[in-house]
Amino acid sequence: MNGVHDMGGMRGHGPVEREENEPAFHAEWERRAFALALAMGATGAWTLDMSRQARESLPPAQYLASSYYEIWFAALCDLICAKGLASRDEIDTGRLAAPPANIARVLKAEDVAAALAKGAPVERPARAPARFSPGDKVRAKVMHPPAHTRLPRYVRGHVGVIEEVHGCHVFPDDNAAGRGENPDWLYGVGFAAADLWGGSAHPGDKVHVDCWQAYLEPAE
Amino acid sequence: MAHDGHHDDGGSALDEMTLRVRALESLLVEKGYVDPPALDLLIETYEKKVGPRNGARVVARAWSDPDYKARLLADGTAAIAELGYSGRQGEHIKVVENTGQTHNMVVCTLCSCYPWPVLGLPPVWYKSAPYRSRAVADPRGVLAEFGVTLPPETAVRVWDSTAEMRYLVLPLRPAGTEGWDEDRLADLVTRDSMIGTGLALAPAEVEAGA
Repeated sequence: MNGVHDMGGMRGHGPVEREENEPAFHAEWERRAFALALAMGATGAWTLDMSRQARESLPPAQYLASSYYEIWFAALCDLICAKGLASRDEIDTGRLAAPPANIARVLKAEDVAAALAKGAPVERPARAPARFSPGDKVRAKVMHPPAHTRLPRYVRGHVGVIEEVHGCHVFPDDNAAGRGENPDWLYGVGFAAADLWGGSAHPGDKVHVDCWQAYLEPAE
Repeated sequence: MAHDGHHDDGGSALDEMTLRVRALESLLVEKGYVDPPALDLLIETYEKKVGPRNGARVVARAWSDPDYKARLLADGTAAIAELGYSGRQGEHIKVVENTGQTHNMVVCTLCSCYPWPVLGLPPVWYKSAPYRSRAVADPRGVLAEFGVTLPPETAVRVWDSTAEMRYLVLPLRPAGTEGWDEDRLADLVTRDSMIGTGLALAPAEVEAGA
């Protein structure tokens, strides 16, 4: 969806502000919110794509005014409610009002190292040959999807060149919506910066975007 | 308030977050959905164990061993796993090499995708609106703010991490480091040089900082 999270090319956000010797976390609640988000993700109650969709679905003004972990926390609370794991009232008060729901698994301390080392690879066996090959010209489709997508606005309608075929990866638009993984071919696509941004771009500069096949059509 | 990076006026907001996160944690523990020692371990892992030193070792190895570098550029995930780094938010890693002709820079315009096993958690600026909005449209302006000015003939390639591919920049090896071992080389490899918003340190910069 065309939300404020889709920031590529926006103006007005000011300079990049850096912090010397920045710590991993800036407050104890950030540590706890981070760990809760990872541990709840490990229960299998939702997918990574659903987490991203929940963060993008926050009201735009709230998203822009929130710190990173405030966004994570708000989206985590929304997902817990949406999946029926707790009520909003329970979340706000911290007090149990209903018995727990069934969940697939609980991440235990002894399993943390193995779970992190394994991660969650998203490459899947191909069910059909890839439509495009390196060197092919492709156009990023013009689209206005109502929910999650990973095709940024700034490339839609523009022509790029297939530079790499990454394999068949879980398709986020479907996975976020609960329609299944529906793996699709993923390509590295190079776009000339001048095609995306016009005369303000430096000649010869490029932007690479990873695009699923469903986002692309042949271009002449 | 949001622009100065401090929270002088935001104490009450911080307190509110502390209370809200505490309430949620106690609820989720009581429901049996999360295991408190596992939470502690998750925090410890990303606060103390996983960080850019991992990526620096990968880069130093690539600078020292041409065969390793070839494997790293052909299959980043597998070559990085040779050094023991793998997993969450690094399941599919592609390493992009800086050369005299090309400078690479990594961003995630849609959220905050970042190669955790080799760089740890991303810094706040990487996740911020200014970087996400400008890295793709004005990379040279962003680089200038980081103190990096490239010759006009060097092409900039920005990698927007829109899928589960994660990108690690292999910076140029600084001059004057012939014969250095991997530990010494790794000290020259900054986090920003592996995101592409910086260059590897020159030997004199390390000595000046020591």
